[in-house]
Amino acid sequence: MNVFADWIAKLHSTFIEQARWKLLVEGFRNTLVITVFALVIGVVIGSVIAIIKFFAEENKALKPLAAIGNFYVTTIRGIPVVVLLLIFYFVIMKSANGVITGIVTFGINSGAYMAEVVRSGIEAVDRGQMEAARSLGMSRMQAMRKVIMPQAIKNILPAIGNEMIALLKETSVAGYVAVQDLTRAGNLIRNNTYDAFNPLMVVALVYLIVVVLMTRLLGVFERRLRKSDKR
Amino acid sequence: MISVKQLCKQFGDQEVLRGIDLEVEKGEVICVIGPSGSGKSTFLRCLNLLERPNSGHIWLDGEDLMDPKIDLDRHRTKMGMVFQQFNLFPHMTVMQNLTVAPVMVLKKSRQEAEATAQALLDRVGLGDRADDYPAQLSGGQKQRVAIVRALCMDPEVMLFDEPTSALDPEMVGEVLDVMKELAKAGMTMVVVTHEMGFAREVANRVIFIDEGIVMEDAPPAEFFGNPKSERLKGFLSKVL
Repeated sequence: MNVFADWIAKLHSTFIEQARWKLLVEGFRNTLVITVFALVIGVVIGSVIAIIKFFAEENKALKPLAAIGNFYVTTIRGIPVVVLLLIFYFVIMKSANGVITGIVTFGINSGAYMAEVVRSGIEAVDRGQMEAARSLGMSRMQAMRKVIMPQAIKNILPAIGNEMIALLKETSVAGYVAVQDLTRAGNLIRNNTYDAFNPLMVVALVYLIVVVLMTRLLGVFERRLRKSDKR
Repeated sequence: MISVKQLCKQFGDQEVLRGIDLEVEKGEVICVIGPSGSGKSTFLRCLNLLERPNSGHIWLDGEDLMDPKIDLDRHRTKMGMVFQQFNLFPHMTVMQNLTVAPVMVLKKSRQEAEATAQALLDRVGLGDRADDYPAQLSGGQKQRVAIVRALCMDPEVMLFDEPTSALDPEMVGEVLDVMKELAKAGMTMVVVTHEMGFAREVANRVIFIDEGIVMEDAPPAEFFGNPKSERLKGFLSKVL
């Protein structure tokens, strides 16, 4: 009983005094903002590169663009995200605030991985689908939009889920450039209170809960997309 | 209606088609037979330029499809194609499969496209399957839907690439029946097939392609009754 009362008192002094819990709330908000916007940027960049590469196989005019895409993927995948973050914060976007820098950095980083994910999703669609669409008079672009992409999305959704989870956790390094994200908030509280256990446990728990929720949400999407598979 | 001259196609250094000539009149049913690897499927796929021929000419209604300035997408709407593997769009219902191209390409209204599709579905005996997904259909039903999908574009010619080869034997008949009806209704058809019975009964002319050229081109009675080339005699003795 005594142990329990002590723990409650400890929690109070760690989180309630000086309203330190607000740091966690703000940090959590920043983490979510960075993750969501970076994911959107990543999906857009990844899809554009994958589609350009797909069309470049037939259309020579797109070859230079595809080459640029390849260069981007190779370069970004070869640089650790913390280094990338430091470069963006201290060199490229010196005047921007940390959250914006985080969104751009993680978005560009994630785009490189998404490009490969989306490309494999497109290539997994049977070749006959494109042929059938073309034989009905659709242009390559129309066929892409109506026939190939809807099927590709179903293929890549699990991989995008993985990427989303990885991205959420990756953003925990944003503290390197003074972004007040969830991890940094917990660390600040640890620093101020000399209580390491409770703040770090709370931070870990929050990440875990968000990941579980994301996984659930993805399951719902996948089931919905799978309705055409029922026999 | 279709006129093919000296059509050649190579994959790498392998010559698949070595100068095919063919004339197809309006309303004719042409069956193309030949051993596997003879180039007959490639020939059919070249007709609507799913494969790009290396040389030669294909005239459809007097326009040369090999002319680089031609609007291929518009020409493909005049040629319906039915594939061995059906190639229905699995993420769409039967009705969506049938209406997506008429609405998108021919700019028909949704109601008009659906009315046409429903009427054609009724004709092939699948009027009650409009809201099903392809995965819920049998092979024969899928292929009938695929035929209807091509017909919904109101094509001038129908191309069939071994339409019954991927079907269980008991489903071959239902697909052939639809094709026979189509032929009776006056549709111009080019059919790559192994169904000799169908060729004998329905075709106006049967064509034997081997080693990338047309070896024999004759009405079915003569084609099967009195084959001229030794290759065809050998082939027929194996399949009949």
